Amino acid sequence: MSKRIDVKDLNVYYGKFLAVEDVNINIEAKSVTAFIGPSGCGKSTFLRTLNRMHEVIPGARVEGEVLLDGDNLYGPGVDPVTVRSQIGMVFQRPNPFPTMSIRDNVLAGVKLNNQKISKGEADALVERSLQGANLWNEVKDRLAKPGSGLSGGQQQRLCIARAIAVEPQVILMDEPCSALDPISTLAIEDLINDLKDQYTVVIVTHNMQQAARVSDRTAFFNIAGTGKPGKLIEVGDTHTIFSNPTQKATEDYVSGRFG
Amino acid sequence: MTSTLTPVRKRSALTKGQLPKFAPYVVLALALVVGAAIMAVIGFNAFGWGIVSAILFTAGLVGWSAAVEGGRKAKDKLATCLVVGSFLVALLPLISVIWTVLVNGLPGLLDPGFLTTSMNGVTGAFDNKSVEEGAPVVGGIYHALLGTIQITLLATVISVPVGLLTAIYLVEYGEDRPLARAITFFVDVMTGIPSIVAGLFAAAFFFAVVGPGTKTGAVAAVALSVLMIPVVVRSSEEMLKIVPNELREAAYALGVRKWRTILKVVIPTAISGIASGVTLAIARVIGETAPILVTAGFATNINSNVFSGWMASLPTFIYTQILNPTSPSNPDPSSQRAWGAALVLIILVMLLNLGARLIARIFAPKTGR
Repeated sequence: MSKRIDVKDLNVYYGKFLAVEDVNINIEAKSVTAFIGPSGCGKSTFLRTLNRMHEVIPGARVEGEVLLDGDNLYGPGVDPVTVRSQIGMVFQRPNPFPTMSIRDNVLAGVKLNNQKISKGEADALVERSLQGANLWNEVKDRLAKPGSGLSGGQQQRLCIARAIAVEPQVILMDEPCSALDPISTLAIEDLINDLKDQYTVVIVTHNMQQAARVSDRTAFFNIAGTGKPGKLIEVGDTHTIFSNPTQKATEDYVSGRFG
Repeated sequence: MTSTLTPVRKRSALTKGQLPKFAPYVVLALALVVGAAIMAVIGFNAFGWGIVSAILFTAGLVGWSAAVEGGRKAKDKLATCLVVGSFLVALLPLISVIWTVLVNGLPGLLDPGFLTTSMNGVTGAFDNKSVEEGAPVVGGIYHALLGTIQITLLATVISVPVGLLTAIYLVEYGEDRPLARAITFFVDVMTGIPSIVAGLFAAAFFFAVVGPGTKTGAVAAVALSVLMIPVVVRSSEEMLKIVPNELREAAYALGVRKWRTILKVVIPTAISGIASGVTLAIARVIGETAPILVTAGFATNINSNVFSGWMASLPTFIYTQILNPTSPSNPDPSSQRAWGAALVLIILVMLLNLGARLIARIFAPKTGR
């Protein structure tokens, strides 16, 4: 239940503005890949092109190929909705649906698509997803309560449970811990470690220690200056990127000389 | 030899003089007394007494404060007096209207049969009898109440789908396209249309389509929906706009289609605001008189079919009862009925506003642990 992603010669535009230029990267199945880099270097933009979420922003488009186990996401006739049901996403700020209970939030992917599901199956799916997100023990007695009543860290894990409930191949995480305290961050990082047994995980993070802790491979993005496009500078094993990078810019960044 | 002892001081160096807590009450009492004295000299009336007292109170309190507390506190007191004064001035007409309508309307409303009978067959002879011989005032507003409810309901049924769908287009699909900008512009223009113009439009439209002289409740409902649609569009648009984009993105990321996202995430999140906006739009048109006069005419009998025949409504009932009393020689019973109808109309609007608050509370996203 996980697929690899291969990106070939990808350019991302907002209208006429080239936001990310010429990215080539292979993301292995059942591994954690971290994107690091300074603010505004296009890591989040690039991440969103991996499940066609950038299309939500008017004027955004891409050139190039993103292959999910060999199938181009941007091929003619590909439905972005199909893509997104295979490649889930967790956002920077926890965003549970405020009108739904905890249980309904987990079932949102099923219920919003009007798929028929029996109560027994639904209960099993809720428990499985919440277990998978390390949240079950904290919320099992209040599944009918609103999701917005949880703490920030719990809400974020609820969002992860919601994402894995639709059983995607890949999970994208856009700075999932940036709004959380260290304890909740630790819980999410542990969870990411568990998730990679089943899913391909891609995480954008500002926190280099976090990238070093959770990821197998790390990609460093950088930007030459404001108004210039972001570029993928270097990608490799996390250990190599942090201890022995080939590029000067990467070394400067991971050693804290800039950014 | 200098003393190292801290000198005994009366008050802290960090404070200035302070007015005693009772200062405003003392000044108010003085202002009322002095105000009454001044008015007694130049001729007493309650309204003038209030104005003079308010001015004296402001001057007295600010002056005292300036002397004891200093300039900053005095300016603060002046601003407080001005704000409270403006609030009272704004409140005056409201209270006055409600009081007048209550006093004049209650006898009509408490008349037996006022809410359950129509004006069918009520002639000037009955009114003359009630004035000259003390017989109870007969006739009521049942037909007008029924008409108002039917016309407003039909107008709502027309306006809400049109208005809500327009708002959804503007927020979710418009993306600042020329069409969306044109719609926004024309909605703004429609907001400012005088209600009589909306009535003439509906009348002319039905004259052309159905036949000359078509006056029914449905025509009035169309006229009212011309007035209602822009209000519904505007309020729904604002409510849909404040639904965070993150929720839409969360739904898209789960592989949910756009129309389902709108239907099941965006609208439920905004429904409390939309519902209260719709209720306020209803309250806005329920008292319209001019467009109903030219579209539904005025009837004295009960008409429960909005699609045929003239139909009465509360505003036109009030209008005709005042302008053309049932008995021209004894207009008092008609006037009593008109005030009663006005009171019912105000109660209806109040109920709608309360309903809007209730709806907003019921549908509001739940919080709690």
